[in-house]
Amino acid sequence: MTQDNLLSIRNLKVNFRLESGERFEALKGISFDIPKHRTVALVGESGSGKSVTSMAIMQLLPSNNTEVDPASEILFNGKNLLTLTGSELRAMRGKDVAMIFQEPMSSLNPVFTVGDQIAETLMLHAGLGRSAAKKRVVELLTEVGLPDPAKKAGAYPHQLSGGQQQRVMIAMAIACEPKLLIADEPTTALDVTIQKQILELIAKLQKKHGMSVLFITHDLGVVGEFADDVVVMRHGVIRETGTVKQIFDAPKDAYTKALLNCRPHLDRRPMRLAVIDDFLREGGYVEPAERQRGYLPDDEIILDVQGLGKSFESREGLFGKHVFHAVKDVSFKLARGKTLGIVGESGSGKTTVGLTLVRLHEATAGKALFHGKDILSMSPREFQDYKRRIQIIFQNPYASLNPRFTVGQILTEPMMLHDIGTNQHERLQMARELLERVGLPENAMFKYPHEFSGGQRQRIAIARCLTMKPELLICDESVSALDVSVQAQVLNLLQDLQDEYQLSYLFISHDLAVVKHISDQVMVMNKGEVVEQADADDIYLRPKQDYTRRLLSSIPQGWVNEAIVAA
Amino acid sequence: MTATVQTAPGMAAPVSKSLWALGWQRLKRNKVGFISLWVVSVYLLIALGGWFNVVGGNWLNEIAVPYAPPSWVGASGADVMPADAYDASGVESSAPIVTLARQEDPIGKELTEAEKDAGRYKVEEVKKRESLPFGADLRGRDVLQKTLKGTSTSIFVGIFGAVLALLIGTTLGAVSGYFGGKIDDLLTWFYSVFTSVPDMLLLLSFAAVSGRGITTIIMVMALTSWTGTYRLVRAEYLKLKSREYVQAASAIGASHSRRMFVHILPNISHLLLVQFSLMTVALIKYEAILSFLGFGVGVRQVSLGSMLAEAPSELVQGYWWQMLAVTIAMSILVTAFSLLVDALRDALDPKVK
Repeated sequence: MTQDNLLSIRNLKVNFRLESGERFEALKGISFDIPKHRTVALVGESGSGKSVTSMAIMQLLPSNNTEVDPASEILFNGKNLLTLTGSELRAMRGKDVAMIFQEPMSSLNPVFTVGDQIAETLMLHAGLGRSAAKKRVVELLTEVGLPDPAKKAGAYPHQLSGGQQQRVMIAMAIACEPKLLIADEPTTALDVTIQKQILELIAKLQKKHGMSVLFITHDLGVVGEFADDVVVMRHGVIRETGTVKQIFDAPKDAYTKALLNCRPHLDRRPMRLAVIDDFLREGGYVEPAERQRGYLPDDEIILDVQGLGKSFESREGLFGKHVFHAVKDVSFKLARGKTLGIVGESGSGKTTVGLTLVRLHEATAGKALFHGKDILSMSPREFQDYKRRIQIIFQNPYASLNPRFTVGQILTEPMMLHDIGTNQHERLQMARELLERVGLPENAMFKYPHEFSGGQRQRIAIARCLTMKPELLICDESVSALDVSVQAQVLNLLQDLQDEYQLSYLFISHDLAVVKHISDQVMVMNKGEVVEQADADDIYLRPKQDYTRRLLSSIPQGWVNEAIVAA
Repeated sequence: MTATVQTAPGMAAPVSKSLWALGWQRLKRNKVGFISLWVVSVYLLIALGGWFNVVGGNWLNEIAVPYAPPSWVGASGADVMPADAYDASGVESSAPIVTLARQEDPIGKELTEAEKDAGRYKVEEVKKRESLPFGADLRGRDVLQKTLKGTSTSIFVGIFGAVLALLIGTTLGAVSGYFGGKIDDLLTWFYSVFTSVPDMLLLLSFAAVSGRGITTIIMVMALTSWTGTYRLVRAEYLKLKSREYVQAASAIGASHSRRMFVHILPNISHLLLVQFSLMTVALIKYEAILSFLGFGVGVRQVSLGSMLAEAPSELVQGYWWQMLAVTIAMSILVTAFSLLVDALRDALDPKVK
């Protein structure tokens, strides 16, 4: 059996020394194998140790604060990588084992052309001369499907799109025909249609070159489509290992079951999403009833946007002006207690729509009638009162809370600004109640944002909006940066709040499954224009436009059981 | 209430640490930084003591013979004293230049009068000391006292100059970076004009027109050294004003001034602290240069710079102790301050995600 394994990890234990002198166990003795010519997916949420594992294989862990247990072994073709010397490692990296990172933009050196960067690997490891390397670069770029490869080889990273950059990274990785390709969340930063292309490319190259692939991701949906084996990790421990079929069809571990279920599904819409605790506690998980979605004729419309437009001007040359239309003629209606989902890929203008409605961008055209009054043409003084009623939750919970404020200050500030509550004592009391409502303990009041996890911070951001009792909440990619299990919790919280306070949501996201779950109506945007708008179920079952269809077909479906499809 | 409560392991602790407290912790772990902090604190105490004349208040008293050597140098120091030095006791002036009879003397009458009354005034016979722990200067003033007072003056000039410069730089930088547009253009133009003149030239020209004295030095320094802070603060405001938490503040209805000073300013406060320390060191050095060139403190005031100004003429004659005292005081101060700044920068750089 060991003969067939390209890489065997045996009892890998990694500790990090923290600044405070404590030790953090990142990996608690994990063991798994990567067989030859197969794709192994390593799945886990943040803090599971999946990236630490890949860094350990590449020996890229920072040496000043990392302790690798002496009993650990990483055997690559029978050689223990942990005992290699510096020069042996350099020879191994790139040649035998290559890696693709999450952010193609920051993984490529901005001052060299992409051709030069690929050629460097070739000259170092394959011993090619400059002209031979150049020829090979064009071949490689052709292989990864970059349009006009000969010309693109002379391009700088910023001249390529995100998907093209990732293709370049892949070309660089396969340049020396490595035996093992490590892909660390290679598609997380990309749009869903691009993601599909990249995944297909990696799968194709794996077959063609007979590589082994270690695919690291947080998204089980991606895994199902092209991995052979799956390793599920949590908190530095392997929870379950098995083939894709086993993991998707008959997961044994409660955590695996939870992961499979807390992602919103396209084919059903439970009242509440499953969260991990549902599976870990006794009794197991009972699928709740389906939730009905869609606008009803007698819904009270609170926001009526007509012909919204936003263009940005940039100076070009001495007198020239370049006008970029980020949003063109967008119209929609939002009813009380309902959710309008806006989906689109990056650059579709969906975020700009949200920002113009809270007037963080000034709209250049159109009207937005909120209870019949146009909020876009109001003076800033008039709009001040409306700020209370229209609130926004941002994407990145790490950036949307002031790091120098305590949670108490964060929550009481809006009340103070809008004269809610008669005195500070009353405001603090209200803040405490809200904290409890969003599921945070009372002692969080005196803590600073950096002490909370991403999901908890997003709860704080939600609580901050709730202090003003808004009617309309704009959620701008509000759950995109969160782990799937935390995402489910926050989505459930948003749903509970909507049921309780009759809030209306404008839910902006690139994630079609999440939008399908939470929205009554869905608006698909592309390049600043509305492509299609209909009730959520309609649009997913019967998309009318080509673009919508393409978008929907790119969603990773997880592992599709052929038996079910056939039946 | 159905949402799942997720409690992190650290959540049990009732009191939590602000970013400042965390920074303090980090500073304490840095040995060099912590020692520097102590050294700087001692200097600050001296400065404070000097200000209230508790320390070095008697520096003007001429308590020793001119150029009395440090006591630990002993006789060797005294050797260099010229034999014909002015005798401080003045009782027996050895060789009078002219001798006049009382009657011929134009002021003879007054002299007789004065001598008659002389007995009535008891002249305090101060025994001038032959040596002092750190030696004495030209007029027999204690170098130790003088150094303490000088240090105090220098630190005060440095600190107040830095505070004022920081105020000017921060205000202009904040307005410029936050509002942008025409205001930014105007202020940046002003800044560019200001920085196009060489620093020292600007400093000297300001000093030349405004006369001598501690207050003017502080004003001159503040007016010339706000530019670095302005550039830094402007850049930070440009960066931070588009951060999501500032946008969120705008969305909840916070006014411009609230966003500028309550939301953004605390987030650059660590930079300002470092900038302040850097500038204090720089201004202490500038003060020394100014005083050395004669544009510095007044004649009845002393600073490290004015003491250094006396050094060249003393060194030629072999009196090295004043120079030594100033050098030691100044180099320890500047080194400790710089190391502290380094440690502060490491400690306060928010490593929070």
